[in-house]
Amino acid sequence: MKPSASLYAGLKHAGIDFVTSVPCVNLGPLMKLISSDTYILHLPVTREEEGVGICAGAWMGGKKPALMMQNSGLGNSINALASLDLLYGVPLLLVISHRGTSGEKISAQVPMGRLTEPLLSAMGIPFIKPSPEDADGAVVEAWRTAEMKGTPVAVLLDLDFWRQE
Amino acid sequence: MKRMEAITAVARVAGDSLLVCNLGFPSRELFSASDRPENFYMMGSMGLCSSIGLGLALARPDRKIISLEGDGAVLMNLGTLATIACTAPANYLLVILDNGSYCSTGCQPTATSLKTDLAEMARGAGVQRVIRVSDTENLIEALGGSGVVLAQVEAGNAEVPVIGLSPKNVTSRFRSAIRLILDSDGDGTAKAIRKISDE
Repeated sequence: MKPSASLYAGLKHAGIDFVTSVPCVNLGPLMKLISSDTYILHLPVTREEEGVGICAGAWMGGKKPALMMQNSGLGNSINALASLDLLYGVPLLLVISHRGTSGEKISAQVPMGRLTEPLLSAMGIPFIKPSPEDADGAVVEAWRTAEMKGTPVAVLLDLDFWRQE
Repeated sequence: MKRMEAITAVARVAGDSLLVCNLGFPSRELFSASDRPENFYMMGSMGLCSSIGLGLALARPDRKIISLEGDGAVLMNLGTLATIACTAPANYLLVILDNGSYCSTGCQPTATSLKTDLAEMARGAGVQRVIRVSDTENLIEALGGSGVVLAQVEAGNAEVPVIGLSPKNVTSRFRSAIRLILDSDGDGTAKAIRKISDE
């Protein structure tokens, strides 16, 4: 299965029905799949922390939310993830295109590329780095953990992940 | 009008609407005016009150959601006006309590005390219904619809205690209240009341 199809299968198996997103070129095909899925409410947002807030509200209203973004957006969301999700025990699935990793051609992506895992670790946000073959199960497991622990959980998708798209 | 008067007026007519309230003194004022499980008190993530309310409104089109946000917080998350305009849920109202200052941190002035007009910005973002009010009578009248209400209020805070609830406590009783409201749509009214008394 192609990377996007495997992720999409995971979202469906996890029951994700509400997605906010800020685009990344690598997430494009997945966002297209989500947009054509009438079961999932897909809402493009202007900034990633806005997506954290909207997803928190949607979860309180009974939805199973995910935020899709580039890892640059993690930097834009730190306070919201900490003082909303972690503080109030709100689960959130973070589907993150992890730029600035091995093979990155844009130098501006490198600083956040290096900082992504340390930032998540420092915040105590669990993350998983699946291959396309096990992305389906990884997404299901990530959401299960998020719901169980009342915390954001990240699925990190580096440049290697997308090679067979 | 004072912000406390505006918040008290909204709380008085809230009915079963869900209220999401900006952090700092506004939440303390709402807690003091009328604490109820249908209130979500923000204690962090400044700027996201309008976003939390929008997510709720999209998830629960059957309920009325009112966000009580401040001018400083909206200025921190201006993109929210565009997202609200583009989704335009009929059950969602953003009330901006504009006192032209950051009053939870000592009333330092915001841009709305100088040049910036948040009602015009909401219109520019594409919000169809934008209403300005400066007294409680017009505020209450404006609560019936969707869109954005810009309520001019005086700078300053009421003398109110801190919120005697933990954040996770706020979350769990708010979620329970939403579930109870849903139950009451069917045969669950009595069941819902029982559940409340059980807690």
